[in-house]
Amino acid sequence: MSTADDLDRTESENTADEVAETATSGSGDIKQDGSSASIILFFIIGFVASLVVGWVVFPKLLYSQKEQPVAFNHALHNELVDAGCESCHFFREDGSYSGVPKLAQCIDCHEEVQGDSEAERYFVTEFVQKGREVPWLVYSRQPPCVFFSHAAHVKKAGMDCVSCHGHIGESEELRPYEYNRISRYSRDIWGHNISGIKHNSWDRMKMNDCSECHVKENVNQGSVQTHRGGCFVCHH
Amino acid sequence: MKVDRRSFLSFLIGGAAGTALSPLPWKLTDDISIWTQMWPWVPVPERGEVTHVTSACTLCPGGCGISVRKVDDRVVKIEGLEGHPVNDGGLCTLGLAGAQLLYGPQRVKAPMKNVDGRLVEISWEGALGEIAARLKELRESGQPHRVACIAGTDRGTVPELLNRFLTVYGSPQFFRVPSIQDTYELTLYLMQGVRASAGFDFENADYVLSFGSGLLDGWGAPVNIFQAHSRWCERGGKLVQIEPRQSRTAAKSDSWIPINPGTEGALALSMAGVIIKESLYNADFVNTQSSGFDSWQRLVLENYDTESAAKMTGVDPSTIAKLARDFAGARKPLAVCGRGKGQTPGSLKEVMAVHALNALVGGIGRQGGVRAVPEPDYIDWPEPEMDAVAAAGMQQGRVDQAGGSQYPHARYLLNRLPEAVNSSADSPIQVLFVSDANPSYSLPNSKAFADAFKKIPMVVSFSSYLGETAELADLILPSPSYLEQYEDRPIAAGYPRPIVNLTRPVVEPLFNTRSVGDVVIELARSLGGTVAAAFPWDDYRSCLKETLGDKWAVLNDKGYWADEKSGSGGQPATFETKSSRFEFTNAEIEAMTRFAPVEPEGDIAAFPLVLVPYDTMRLWNGYIGNPPFVIKIVPDTVLKNNDGLIEVNPATASQLGLQDGQAAKLTTPHGTARVRVHLFEGIMPGLVSLPTGLGHTAHSKFLAGKGVNVNALIGSVEDAATGYEAVWGIRAKLDKA
Repeated sequence: MSTADDLDRTESENTADEVAETATSGSGDIKQDGSSASIILFFIIGFVASLVVGWVVFPKLLYSQKEQPVAFNHALHNELVDAGCESCHFFREDGSYSGVPKLAQCIDCHEEVQGDSEAERYFVTEFVQKGREVPWLVYSRQPPCVFFSHAAHVKKAGMDCVSCHGHIGESEELRPYEYNRISRYSRDIWGHNISGIKHNSWDRMKMNDCSECHVKENVNQGSVQTHRGGCFVCHH
Repeated sequence: MKVDRRSFLSFLIGGAAGTALSPLPWKLTDDISIWTQMWPWVPVPERGEVTHVTSACTLCPGGCGISVRKVDDRVVKIEGLEGHPVNDGGLCTLGLAGAQLLYGPQRVKAPMKNVDGRLVEISWEGALGEIAARLKELRESGQPHRVACIAGTDRGTVPELLNRFLTVYGSPQFFRVPSIQDTYELTLYLMQGVRASAGFDFENADYVLSFGSGLLDGWGAPVNIFQAHSRWCERGGKLVQIEPRQSRTAAKSDSWIPINPGTEGALALSMAGVIIKESLYNADFVNTQSSGFDSWQRLVLENYDTESAAKMTGVDPSTIAKLARDFAGARKPLAVCGRGKGQTPGSLKEVMAVHALNALVGGIGRQGGVRAVPEPDYIDWPEPEMDAVAAAGMQQGRVDQAGGSQYPHARYLLNRLPEAVNSSADSPIQVLFVSDANPSYSLPNSKAFADAFKKIPMVVSFSSYLGETAELADLILPSPSYLEQYEDRPIAAGYPRPIVNLTRPVVEPLFNTRSVGDVVIELARSLGGTVAAAFPWDDYRSCLKETLGDKWAVLNDKGYWADEKSGSGGQPATFETKSSRFEFTNAEIEAMTRFAPVEPEGDIAAFPLVLVPYDTMRLWNGYIGNPPFVIKIVPDTVLKNNDGLIEVNPATASQLGLQDGQAAKLTTPHGTARVRVHLFEGIMPGLVSLPTGLGHTAHSKFLAGKGVNVNALIGSVEDAATGYEAVWGIRAKLDKA
């Protein structure tokens, strides 16, 4: 009968001893049950613990949160404007997309404090009066290497804002901005589901999500220049 | 239960299985791969609104129009302006790299004062107060003529304001940085009787004969000539390059004629002799529109037959004759001179010889010929009222003696300034303003300029960049860069039509700077009296707007104003000489010394070689130094690590026992420098060549300490006829280091 300690010892000794040990080890099966139970138990502990780490702890560690610099109510603003999202998130004359509004646009209405909310007073005194741009944290900001044209999608393909951005236009407050501590990107790019499963078209916006829609809509299945497909449609 | 080794392993296996079934490894792999795309030092394009601002490049005298691409408030790209008469969408590497001169480390960010060799920030009020106090003192003691100013040009409102300030203050000491235009202006005055700059219609010429002009190395308006060159190539035009070194221009020419440096004028006269002898000249022009031809042709035929010219120039008699016949036989031949980028005035008689060649073939005022381009006349300020001090000061002679009995024709002789200052115990100049110029680096005999600047008690620099002269200045009053201010820039760089560009504030000034115009107006105001009265404007912007009058709207809209009356076609030249004709020679010209090759300084026994500087588009050697992007395109046959390479003919190198790449010591009568040998078949034996534009000691770490400043190794050589700077090289020796 050999114990783990014995094994440890023999393993550290020379080959001749190991042969002798092997000859005697077959004789004792009596304590094997207890040992295998503990092995299974430890397997399960390890398995469950790592699942907990991977699914619960890891996402918490991976992502950090920041509050937006100013509380903003999309729903309220949406009621006051005529042209929907494009009232503030407009296309410039050259077809480029303006993205998040600049202070200059806000000033049109917010030169003076409107109403009596604390957030409004803070916005006007800290940003409007000091002429400081608001450092908005953009949930949908793609990395600089991504080429994306709003005009092609909105003007040419006629897609609506919700398809990619969800119902943010109806939100009454801005949720915290979550970002990946390693890549520094917004969590919205990978999506809130850590396994990358999505239920809505706006849940995540990785490269695969671009290609999924492009395949589905049958957009340029070959490169314009080289006519090659697959990765080469976009990556020359 | 005992936690043994097996249990532990089992725990690990369970952990591994669980991990594999969790998103952790897959997500982490993805994140790490993305992280590698996000190095903080990788430049990322700005986000924001893209706009274009029309403006003008002022980095060389060429005068290109530019379209500056901005993202929000940041300049990201400078492009050539489509439709601009000079560059029509093209731009050179320096122009393209202009954004680095805006944001780069060489900017002077606030007024500075030199305190015991260290630059210390000072307030505008403090700096201006100090200058005003000194100016008042000099004026009160009756010495206003001891104030001087060096400006990059004398055209445009800013140099004119500086000049006006000196005049009402009482000083005639205004200097313009020399260039081939000095000599061309005098040539046009003597031969055509007009005060104008020379314009060359390269675009329409079909045979261009260049006496050492680096037409593709930055001469004149470089982009304009590049585009003209492309057209010659398309239409079968010819470019013949005459110079001792195979420059980029020579390499791209149809024919390269190596010549002994300094003898170009003799070749031109000898060619004229062949044209006259074989009656190939334009008889119509010569007979009806010229005078002095008989006495001039006698001089040419007696002294410059092809045989004796061949001895002098090293060019075969048959080649001279062929050149003459080809030139005279072309439909629209055009001859031009001014070595390299044309930054040295050179020999007057050489320029006159080349100009006479143009006259012989009827090329004066003809399409594809040479034109007298009048100075733009929009600056029409009332004559200032002068008080007694100013009037007395203006009666004092210039320190460089320009316009005096010895040099009656020269307007500015900046090359004579260092000696005037350095040779007297008490500097004749007490206060010196320097605008758009870096003489202690960029002019031959640069060390003497540096010494003079150290000796002058107060040197005030308006430089936007921390160049060599700015570093020597007692006060730096930084002006905004060309992308931060309005300024009119009339072009005088050989372009055949009068054109005025307008630079405009593409971005708000980044630093604590003030435009030179504003500083002059403020200084005048603090001096009071007639000086203040001569500057009735609130500030420079209103002065500029008022001065430009009708042109303001056009300039603001298009970025340039071109004289529509003088289109691309030829215009009959008007001659305002005594004879009302083109004068090949006249009493005034004959009173001057005759053409003689300018000899290089130095003793031939001690210095057996001749060092000739060369210019290239990749090295900028004036007020503007290379920005980092442009220094990156200098090949390693010119600059290797921090070593400058000297071009040596293999035959010369083998005589000296030097190998390619070997370190060597270059010595001239003015100093020594460590160089590396670059064997080059394109340099004549007996000559060695270094580029201009290297060897900076200032600007920034991207430029300083690289290569050799050839201007520190060569001295000044005066043209006998005019006093202009005429140096083209110096005797030298090269030893193993």
